[in-house]
Amino acid sequence: MTAAQVAMRDAFGAALVELAETHPDLVVLDADVATSTRSAAFGKAHPDRFFNVGVAEANMADIAAGMSTCGLRPVVSTFGVFISLKCADQVRNIIAYNNLPVVLAGGYAGFSDSYDGASHQAILDIAIMRAMPNMAVVVPGDAIELKQALAQALARNGPTYIRICRHPTPVLFENAPPLEIGKIRKLRDGGDLTIAVCGVPTYMAIEAASRLAASGIGADLLEVSTIKPIDADALVASARKTRRVLTVEEHTICGGLGSAVAETLGPSGVARIEMVGIHDRFGESGEYMALLDKYGISAKSIEERSHAMIQAAVEP
Amino acid sequence: MPEPGTARALDAASIARLTDRAKKAAQMQYLAQQFRVTVLDILHEKGTGHWGGAASAAELLTALYFDALNVRPDEPSWCDRDRFVLSKGHASCMLYTVLAHRGYFPVDELKTFRQLNSRLQGHPCMHTTPGVEMSTGSLGHGVSVALGMALAARVTKKQYWSWVLIGDGDLNEGQTWEAIMAGAKFRPEKLVLLIDYNKVQLDGPSSEIMPLDPLAEKFRAFGWNVAPQAYDGHNVLEILRSSDWVSTQTDWPVAVIYSTHKGRGVSFMEDNAYWHGSPVDDATYVKARAELLATLTRLEASL
Repeated sequence: MTAAQVAMRDAFGAALVELAETHPDLVVLDADVATSTRSAAFGKAHPDRFFNVGVAEANMADIAAGMSTCGLRPVVSTFGVFISLKCADQVRNIIAYNNLPVVLAGGYAGFSDSYDGASHQAILDIAIMRAMPNMAVVVPGDAIELKQALAQALARNGPTYIRICRHPTPVLFENAPPLEIGKIRKLRDGGDLTIAVCGVPTYMAIEAASRLAASGIGADLLEVSTIKPIDADALVASARKTRRVLTVEEHTICGGLGSAVAETLGPSGVARIEMVGIHDRFGESGEYMALLDKYGISAKSIEERSHAMIQAAVEP
Repeated sequence: MPEPGTARALDAASIARLTDRAKKAAQMQYLAQQFRVTVLDILHEKGTGHWGGAASAAELLTALYFDALNVRPDEPSWCDRDRFVLSKGHASCMLYTVLAHRGYFPVDELKTFRQLNSRLQGHPCMHTTPGVEMSTGSLGHGVSVALGMALAARVTKKQYWSWVLIGDGDLNEGQTWEAIMAGAKFRPEKLVLLIDYNKVQLDGPSSEIMPLDPLAEKFRAFGWNVAPQAYDGHNVLEILRSSDWVSTQTDWPVAVIYSTHKGRGVSFMEDNAYWHGSPVDDATYVKARAELLATLTRLEASL
């Protein structure tokens, strides 16, 4: 991959500073990881609208909730592993139940806090957030999409969870139409199988689809940046055409994108569904790309699984 | 639902407008007791709900809505209104009774409490009940939420006050202490934390479940401006005195501890953890209601 690489977290910090100019109601809260999540950039530019609450995520989420009922648009920033677990009660009972316009920015998502190990890796955040009524769940594929998702989330009249990768990843959508929350982006047309991907592995799926094409397999490549509410129409249309759907995510297959796709396509019975993701286990320390590779999240893995699906009979 | 005995029906809206403090205190004292009767009636009829914490907060909630809070019941989302968060959401039946009599919704609707399709959920829900500022029920959320409201007033340059009422159970929750720490860091003006300190929890006395004393000292150690005395949370005149103290403070945030009794008003229910949330059976109801009405009659004489 020769494309320029930008970290979503850097884009996040810069986007907050930019959005502050057009959004006087924007406030940002962080739990003593602002330097890491890059929300500190906003804190430096707008100290009167930035609240570092210390290592107290539950308190942070509810302070934001209170603010959101009084005319402010808070962005709550910390690591995804903490925002989905340490304040799950606050997100459920206060923010989601009351459908409050709070943006939950889950930094260091997936395996991206790779060296810190399993304690810091957010691999079930999508499952938790997706289970909350009223919650939108957005998993951008690059830094460009992250900025677009953030701006759109601030305009929503309800809570939004956005996943943010720590590491520089390829810029994919610089000259593309903007991400639209709730809409699938089709990256490639094909009739043999559907590859539905979200987040960082999007660039891997692009690479895999290109290699599949070279071997005569046409992949319908869908970037499902909004896991919830999922774009069912686009998903069903593709599945009806290909009858094979391979989902790809940097998350456990218990409750993530694969589950959302299966729930959507299940009743129609139109497609066989397989999933690339983490298979019900915790991560470990290591270099980010090596870690993704070890846990089966790679272009090679997507390509191999696609070949296997094509070879398998569609009918039971 | 039976009428509250021979009780005099006071014009609730006019009480909120009274300027004679002693007269207003007497009328609110009477009103709070009347609300207890209503709550007991509802809990008995429905066979579900929390008597203990509701009775404990009768005078505090009455004094808040009929005196302290700057609100417009006919315009519940008026942007400059004072905010109030009932962190001890299980006292919902008392909150609803106070809100209805203050004019937020028809008193007649109270009989739908906890019923399917009712706006009056088991625990307060801000989207269904006019006047409820925050949905609560899971303990420990209120102080953080009110802190957020108070900080929002600072950012948006509004003058409204943010009030939160917590109970013993809230003070067991770690989040409450996170919020107390943060309150002392950010020091927003006009943030008032009221403690309905009845010293009884669901399973038993707080001293056995999770000791909270010395409570005032804890708040001081965390950097809060705590009222120099604990007030009697069942004596409206005392509550008004505490409000007077609050209104003269300049050191924020402010905490006021009220000594209260869980299940207040019925001798055999007071300070008894069993009546945290047990259904009120017929025999208990008859005995309890007679006690409440006897007090109501006594209070009527002082009106």
